[in-house]
Amino acid sequence: MQKSRFHFLGQSWLFWLSLILIFLLAQWVLMPRLSEFRKTAWVIFPSIMAIICLGLNLIYGFNGQFSLGQWGFYGIGAYAAALVTYHWAGRVSYLIKGIVVQLPPLLQKLIPMAQIELFHFDAGRSAVLLFALLFGALLAAVISLGFGYIVLLRLGSDYFGIATLGFTIMVQVLIINSDQVIPETKGARGMIGIPQMTSFFWAFLFLILAIVVMRNILYSSVGRAIMSVREDEVAAQAMGINTLKYKTISFVIGSFFAGLAGGLYAHLYAFLSPGYFSFVRSFDPMIIIVFGGLGNMTGTILATFLWAITLEGMRIWLPQGFEAWRFVVYPIVLLLMMLLRPQGLMGRYEVGFLRAPKWPLRAAAQAEVKPQVAPAAAGNPQSEEEKLS
Amino acid sequence: MSASIAERPVVLETKALCKNFGGRLTASGYEGGLWAVRDFDLTVREGELVGLIGPNGAGKTTVFNMINALISVTSGQITFYGKNLVGLPPHAITQSGIGRTFQNIRVFPRLSVLDNVRVAYHPHAGYGLFHSISHDDHFGQRERELTEKAQDLLALFNLQDRQNEIASNLPYGEQRRLEIARALAAEPKLLLLDEPAAGMNPREVHTLMDMIHFIRDKFKLTILLIEHQMRVVMGICEWITAMDFGEVIARGTADEISNNPKVIEAYLGKAGRRV
Repeated sequence: MQKSRFHFLGQSWLFWLSLILIFLLAQWVLMPRLSEFRKTAWVIFPSIMAIICLGLNLIYGFNGQFSLGQWGFYGIGAYAAALVTYHWAGRVSYLIKGIVVQLPPLLQKLIPMAQIELFHFDAGRSAVLLFALLFGALLAAVISLGFGYIVLLRLGSDYFGIATLGFTIMVQVLIINSDQVIPETKGARGMIGIPQMTSFFWAFLFLILAIVVMRNILYSSVGRAIMSVREDEVAAQAMGINTLKYKTISFVIGSFFAGLAGGLYAHLYAFLSPGYFSFVRSFDPMIIIVFGGLGNMTGTILATFLWAITLEGMRIWLPQGFEAWRFVVYPIVLLLMMLLRPQGLMGRYEVGFLRAPKWPLRAAAQAEVKPQVAPAAAGNPQSEEEKLS
Repeated sequence: MSASIAERPVVLETKALCKNFGGRLTASGYEGGLWAVRDFDLTVREGELVGLIGPNGAGKTTVFNMINALISVTSGQITFYGKNLVGLPPHAITQSGIGRTFQNIRVFPRLSVLDNVRVAYHPHAGYGLFHSISHDDHFGQRERELTEKAQDLLALFNLQDRQNEIASNLPYGEQRRLEIARALAAEPKLLLLDEPAAGMNPREVHTLMDMIHFIRDKFKLTILLIEHQMRVVMGICEWITAMDFGEVIARGTADEISNNPKVIEAYLGKAGRRV
């Protein structure tokens, strides 16, 4: 068997190698050519947004539970991770001196740098960041487990949406008043003093992990159970699927993603404002996944980048003095999209490895002896009727 | 013959099963409302093919839904191989060995034909969330076994070439077959078929009757079947229970039922007796 070959998360070494190449190409060739603003707003921020959108798509697009609560879990993840690094990132440091490679002039045309640094990073600070991100994500997941179980036990999809909207509002109010318990968050004034650590590397790493993990879940028995709940809850129950369990599982996984994205966001701008975690913003991920196509991973990722790039890009593209019009253009685009392509950007089409694995037809099964169970080519029903009666 | 049947173990037994919609609960029981099912007794023995007939609104599907726990039981008992079923959630009842199909087809419309069947194998998948995320060798092996079982099942119903098709794209008759295949994938001991012949032309009905006999023998099933078309029930069911207005009006073999004046009245009205 070929099973002994290297496999990680179900993907071959070729897959991971090509991802590393894509990363290096982006890191060295694309990123140095982008301004600091575009690097953040066009690449890193949408990568973070894509993680929360993928999580939401799992809940709404694949499981069919309308959730506006992801923004609340995003906030929880952001503040929890920020509090960890606020205290520890400055204290733990273990610098790893990597290799510095001088670039020959010929390569400098491609890579606009005099030298590149390989494996040159602070392992201590990175470990703290990693821990902070996991802490934020796990906290969001644990809270969503409690909240989700209680609410999903009683409420169906639309009512669940309202309950989760309430959750987002609640989280924002708690954040605004949190300085009474945790002074570091500075409540309504916004949290400062967070180390700015989210680089393209971290955003890319977690986006890829989120995509692969989500794909793996969906194309497994658990994923089929999750999708069957969306398709027909009653039939799913009658097929032995514990619908409450799978609604909760997808809600918790989605919230884990949201918490993770929140942690990355906190360390991107190094500033957290409670106003950002307002429930109005919770519609952004919802708009993105509907735009990209419910139950479509490719569409979600594509739509996130399109959304971020056009919304920020219109500041530049629209003529001077018309910047405010982007919030006129944006709804019109959404409206046209919903009218012309209600199934979303990608519909059912998935790209590359995100496509469902196809199973070959089974030769042995076809050879098996079987009775004429299936009706033969439709004959003349009239004559059959006579024969039977 | 009848003696040997009586020795077989009882699969499903309902005693004084009642369902009331919209009534008020008082000290002396439910008052008012509609009694969709009232004092319904049924005994199904292993390997039997039992039919449940009755005109529209007689409460047949309500009985199925109560066995499946899709609706709650007002009062009465349901036992499956001696185990009480009342109060269990629907998925637990399915996992204990009762599969069913629906009157209006309920395949998962946007899943592929293969996935429709594989969903029902989920309780027997043998791996959890961890293996689903890691997609490791254990996952690969179990997934292959599960898929091959599903493909064999599809082949039995002559759907093997359709496995990658989206279920809602299948024609009506194939969706019916898919639904039965899916119910069998849950590995039931008792299969509840809710109007399997609904919307079929006579030729399809004929093959359906063969199919029901075949799956009973092949999977060693006990089958309880609701049917509207008398021809189907009379043709295949060994025992028939007739219902009207939520109550049992007759039981017996096909011949006994078809000559029973109450059944004729229920179907054709009082004038029917004279026919």
